[in-house]
Amino acid sequence: MKFYRSIIIFAAAVMLSFLAALFENRINPYYFQILIYIGINIILASSLNLINGFAGQFSLGHAGFMAIGAYTSAVVTSTLRISGDSIIDIAAFAVALLLGGFAASIFGLLVGIPSLRLKGDYLAITTLGFGEIIRVIVQNLDFLGGARGFTGIPKLANSFWVFSTVAAVIFLIANLVNSTYGKAFLAVRDDELAAEAVGISSTRIKVIAFVTGAFFAGMAGGLYAHFVTYINPAQFSFLKSFEIVVMVIIGGMGSIAGVIISAVLLTILPEALRTVAQYRMVIYSLLLIVIMITRPQGLFIRRRKTGNIVVPKARII
Amino acid sequence: MSELLQQIINGISLGSIYALIALGYTMIYGILRFINFAHGDVFMVGSFIGYYLAPGIISLAGGNLILAAPIVLMAAMLGCSVLGMTIEKLAYRPLRSRPKLTVLITAIGVSFFLEYGGQLVFGPDPKLFPALIPSGFVINTENLVVGTNSIVVIATALALMLLLRFIVFNTRMGTAMRAVSYNHRAASLMGINIDTVISFTFILGSSLAAAAALLYSSVYPSINPLMGIFPGLKAFVAAVLGGIGNLAGAALGGLIIGITETFVSGYISSTFRDAIAFSILILILLFKPAGILGSHESEKV
Repeated sequence: MKFYRSIIIFAAAVMLSFLAALFENRINPYYFQILIYIGINIILASSLNLINGFAGQFSLGHAGFMAIGAYTSAVVTSTLRISGDSIIDIAAFAVALLLGGFAASIFGLLVGIPSLRLKGDYLAITTLGFGEIIRVIVQNLDFLGGARGFTGIPKLANSFWVFSTVAAVIFLIANLVNSTYGKAFLAVRDDELAAEAVGISSTRIKVIAFVTGAFFAGMAGGLYAHFVTYINPAQFSFLKSFEIVVMVIIGGMGSIAGVIISAVLLTILPEALRTVAQYRMVIYSLLLIVIMITRPQGLFIRRRKTGNIVVPKARII
Repeated sequence: MSELLQQIINGISLGSIYALIALGYTMIYGILRFINFAHGDVFMVGSFIGYYLAPGIISLAGGNLILAAPIVLMAAMLGCSVLGMTIEKLAYRPLRSRPKLTVLITAIGVSFFLEYGGQLVFGPDPKLFPALIPSGFVINTENLVVGTNSIVVIATALALMLLLRFIVFNTRMGTAMRAVSYNHRAASLMGINIDTVISFTFILGSSLAAAAALLYSSVYPSINPLMGIFPGLKAFVAAVLGGIGNLAGAALGGLIIGITETFVSGYISSTFRDAIAFSILILILLFKPAGILGSHESEKV
């Protein structure tokens, strides 16, 4: 029943985003831009939540995956000169986005492999390193524009693309973690050794988490690239990764709804508080410290104490 | 040939700075089993303490750098010790019995707090670090140039490492540190005050970072609040490369990273400079996760 309900919600969300796309010319472009960023950040934060929250790994390189998706899809659409006028162009854009996702998930696999041997701190810094290596390599590739950036990307992403991807990501993640298969993620997070003992291959789970998470981050990157039409390597530095990590932590690692709320809030707040923009990162970092000391489960979710065996249920709403 | 020698000297000079920072990472890891992400930013604060104090102290000393530089060094080391100790007390101590991930995230939070707090307090624009080391050349031939900078950096770093070695292996506090790093509970049953030892470790690590900061800023005098990120990460890689928790390993790892980095920017391209350390890290973690001098720790069930 639950599965069917989520399919209905998914379909409704796609319809809504399609309707929204019809009206998007009437919205103030500034608000519209924020709306799109909210969507992209939800995709990024939810996909990172799969790695950091559900599988219990700690990745600090999400912006790297995003960069790969952004550049791959941008190269595809600009070499094919896709303008978005015909139905074939629209299909080609979908293919470009998926290709970006696949390219990112290949790198997710590459990062996933060391994660089999590494834990916590080491994994965090290795993923950070991966992200930075990707950035430095892109910076040195002339056909991607190097440090100057990649210009002339067709403006194809609109609210339909962004929000149907949001719906797809949430649909997939929610159903994954509520499935029997997905319980394995939580088991690996809570106690890897015990999970292995009941026959779960923790290796497999970790790699799946990285590959899936990277795939969605790559799609988010593709959407971002085709919305802003200009990308450069500096946009995908580890500050971006950190921003996504903050969204996941404030929302509550392993909480789908909490992470969505925090992605929305943390996209709107900096816009609303532009006058005190220089305090933003200071506030983020203080929030992080205070939350870790007082409410490690995140701000919005009332949850089990640590050490309790009860597995939290992830819900869409 | 002389170019090679030049690169090696530059590499050792840079490497010994990384080594000093890496020692802080490795000591704190040895005792608390967690990576103090904020260490690179303590380094940055050390540099700014030097920046603000140096002009005053130099003029007090009548422009005599040989008299002034050690005083600035002491002041920066003291300042950073206090900072390191405070960070441990406020942010890490309440979390000592919590899952590692919690402490890790807090450390990242502290790191960003220092970086962006630094931008508010010191201003985000780069500043010119005052000359603390008398400029001059020890060797100045057509092919080989060795400034006093490199020599002072290497000598100071070496002296501090020997001092650290003495403290860790020949004093009571050092013995206590080693005991705590083996086993917290057993050490506390032997009457060792764990909190004091941990504070002391942070003092040692942070003051080495401050010394490294002054040396680094004397070689690369443009300083800004985000300057600690990359030296910090590279020093961390150095600590892992040498075997984290191992003092000699940290020094060795620092030198290797410093020399490799100088070679890559000298012979290949300086744009790849920042990616080198990470590539080394990934390779070492894939093929010898315990590091060069480290011993493998098996997980207890």
